[in-house]
Amino acid sequence: MATYIPTRPIDNIGQKPPAPPERGGGGDDRGGDIPNYGARLRRARLGLICAIATVCMVFIALTSAYIVRQGLPTYDGASNSYVRDWGFVEMPWTLLGINTLILLLSSVTMEFARRSVARQAALAPVKSIPGISLGNEKHFPWLGITVVMGFAFLVGQWMAWSELHGRGFFVNTNPNSSFVFLLTIAHAVHLTGGMIALLWAATASLLHKPIESRRITVDITAWYWHFMAVLWIYVFALLGFAK
Amino acid sequence: MVAQDAHGHAAPQGFIRKYIFSLDHKVIGIQYFFLALTAVFVGMFLSLLMRIHMIWPNAALPLVGEIKPETYLSLLTMHGTIMVFFVLTTAPQGGFGNYFLPIQIGAPDMAFPVLNMLSFWTTFVGFVVIICAFFVTGGAPLHGWTGYPPLSALSNTGPGEQLGADLWITSIAIFCIASLMGALNFITTTLDLRAKGMTLMRMPLTCWSWFITAILGLLAFGVLLSAGILLLMDRNLGTSFYVPLVVVNGQVMGHKGGSPLLWQHLFWFFGHPEVYIAILPGMGVASQILSTFSRKPIFGYKAMVYAMLAIGFFGFMVWGHHMFMSGMSPYSAFAFSILTMCIGVPSAIKTFNWLGTMWKGHIRFHTPMLYAIGFVSLFVSGGLSGPFLAQPVLDIQLHDTYFVVGHFHLIMGVAAIFGIFAATYYWFPKMFGRMMNESLGRIHFFITLAGTYAIFMPMHYLGMAGQTRRYSQFTEVAYQAKLLPLQTFMTYAAIITIAAQFVFVINLFWSMFKGPKASDNPWEATTLEWTTATPPPHDNFGGVTPVVHHGPYEYGVPGAPKDYVMQTDPATVAAH
Repeated sequence: MATYIPTRPIDNIGQKPPAPPERGGGGDDRGGDIPNYGARLRRARLGLICAIATVCMVFIALTSAYIVRQGLPTYDGASNSYVRDWGFVEMPWTLLGINTLILLLSSVTMEFARRSVARQAALAPVKSIPGISLGNEKHFPWLGITVVMGFAFLVGQWMAWSELHGRGFFVNTNPNSSFVFLLTIAHAVHLTGGMIALLWAATASLLHKPIESRRITVDITAWYWHFMAVLWIYVFALLGFAK
Repeated sequence: MVAQDAHGHAAPQGFIRKYIFSLDHKVIGIQYFFLALTAVFVGMFLSLLMRIHMIWPNAALPLVGEIKPETYLSLLTMHGTIMVFFVLTTAPQGGFGNYFLPIQIGAPDMAFPVLNMLSFWTTFVGFVVIICAFFVTGGAPLHGWTGYPPLSALSNTGPGEQLGADLWITSIAIFCIASLMGALNFITTTLDLRAKGMTLMRMPLTCWSWFITAILGLLAFGVLLSAGILLLMDRNLGTSFYVPLVVVNGQVMGHKGGSPLLWQHLFWFFGHPEVYIAILPGMGVASQILSTFSRKPIFGYKAMVYAMLAIGFFGFMVWGHHMFMSGMSPYSAFAFSILTMCIGVPSAIKTFNWLGTMWKGHIRFHTPMLYAIGFVSLFVSGGLSGPFLAQPVLDIQLHDTYFVVGHFHLIMGVAAIFGIFAATYYWFPKMFGRMMNESLGRIHFFITLAGTYAIFMPMHYLGMAGQTRRYSQFTEVAYQAKLLPLQTFMTYAAIITIAAQFVFVINLFWSMFKGPKASDNPWEATTLEWTTATPPPHDNFGGVTPVVHHGPYEYGVPGAPKDYVMQTDPATVAAH
């Protein structure tokens, strides 16, 4: 039976110690005068995990459609039998291989950019102390390089689609070509989202936004960018090995 | 200043930033609520036209004239789509979830306010797009809310299947994106913005229901989005994902080899969780209200949480029970059947816990409580026909009959709507600072409860008698015409029930401006929204960060000065 004890401090008599706020919940980082960038970063990463889960579900659905459609028998009137109509696509593998390499390298440069901004953010309080100098630290423009490489990847994909058109494969040529265009374009659309975020981060850098805000943008974009690289490997492998 | 920092954005001054493109979760919640209210009246009007057409098929109706069979199918499609997406998904989660999740967990706002605003306006655009489908050449689509191909995938299969069908798919795709943004925000807010002491197991069951609903939405809407894109490609780019070799009106279509079943699998993988997306928030609200108005702690709080998690979990494994008639392997059907009936277990746990909560309680029969009890009643009545349909052998008989229509309207439609009504009557004082009229509320409740049973219970008998659904008229078919008196009864019941909804609307708007002023805690409830001012200030708690010391349902605690202990009360409530 519950009893009411008006004056006791919470939860510490005759039972378990005070329930600590679980990780994430807690009010330990809000309500103060100073905006807590650590909390904002954690929150943004949590949001990103949710977004990644969603994108995964989109591609899982497309994959399941890919596998199901691949195995569907189609009635062929000429031979009076069921045949597989999946079809063949002559993929520009060399070009796609180069694109893959570019995207993977951009993931590496993105990681350098992320670490560089994280270091700047960590050192920002030290730098602000009068009389403290950390020397002339040179910042390599990793972010700019990533933007260029991301753009190069998209141009490369565009060239791959043109190459496919040149070889006579269009989105409605056969089910296989439908999925080639569908999956690669779906990936490119998601990567374009990452590009917009990257450009936003680069602009924020030019506009001298607070380093901590920039750090959050770059951090989130970087993880998303890595995810895009992994997703591309997945799409590449699916089209390459499950055709 | 502290409050502003905590909130992340200052209180807006101009009209547009304050009421139109607001970042405040409370304003966005109210926007969602009114969007759903508009949508529900559109959907209800469509259902009224359908019901009138069924018993007077040749009547010329005002505004629409005589309804042709294809128009009937358009009405049916748009009624289902608007109700499922823009009412049942929008109001409980987008509306009340948005308004009360941050307040109930002690947060100043949602985790990502800008995303929240985008989410609402994207939903709004989705609604505008679907309404446009009425006004384009050929009118609204006629493939039902489930959009089965090949009907939905070809533009020459009916008048509504031209631009109207494209707009329908586009609207749903837009809605998916909006829901995904919302779900992301809900999950992050719940996990990261809880006040000090608000552990997961101290959250009100409403917050748990919104949280689980958001997880379901996050995992389900992406699949529907993919399915919709494939459908759009089949319609416009000549692909054959869903369309086999078909002949329409003597014309051989250019598609071949696709499978309509692929759509059904993808659609129902979303579609079944969607049922829980609609009903889970209702369960949360019912739990909250039953406990508050019974003046008793919720019976089996943890069991309620785990039951909701189990319902969400199983919800992803049962989509095949919508497809028993598709020719699936009996082994698959068996697995889907067993898993479906498993959902009966957590559902029964919830039902018995609701009854246990009311058992020997000092029940206060205010309107929100009436609606919560009505919710339980409809949940049981609609839920019990679930195990019938879950069995492939019975489903073969009952599929595509009025039995199914009766079942899902009771459990998913009206039960969820009762959840929305309960929430409206319960939280109206907090949202608008005034009380709703109790007498009008009771009139509205009793007519609506009796009316919904009068409309949907006979459908079960019609279904067992073999009356097919989706037929625009029964007067022409001899064996169906014999069942017409029951349909006539249902139409009269529908007209009365719809008329009663105007009592609700009058009560809503009259009380908003003329109702008696509400105190901060008119229901003597314990959760955090009742600790703050009415209506809550911009940052929810007026610069104070609440600290939580108790679970959400501390009612009837011996020795306490009142019969309830607020979640923020620092006193100890020892050992339950």
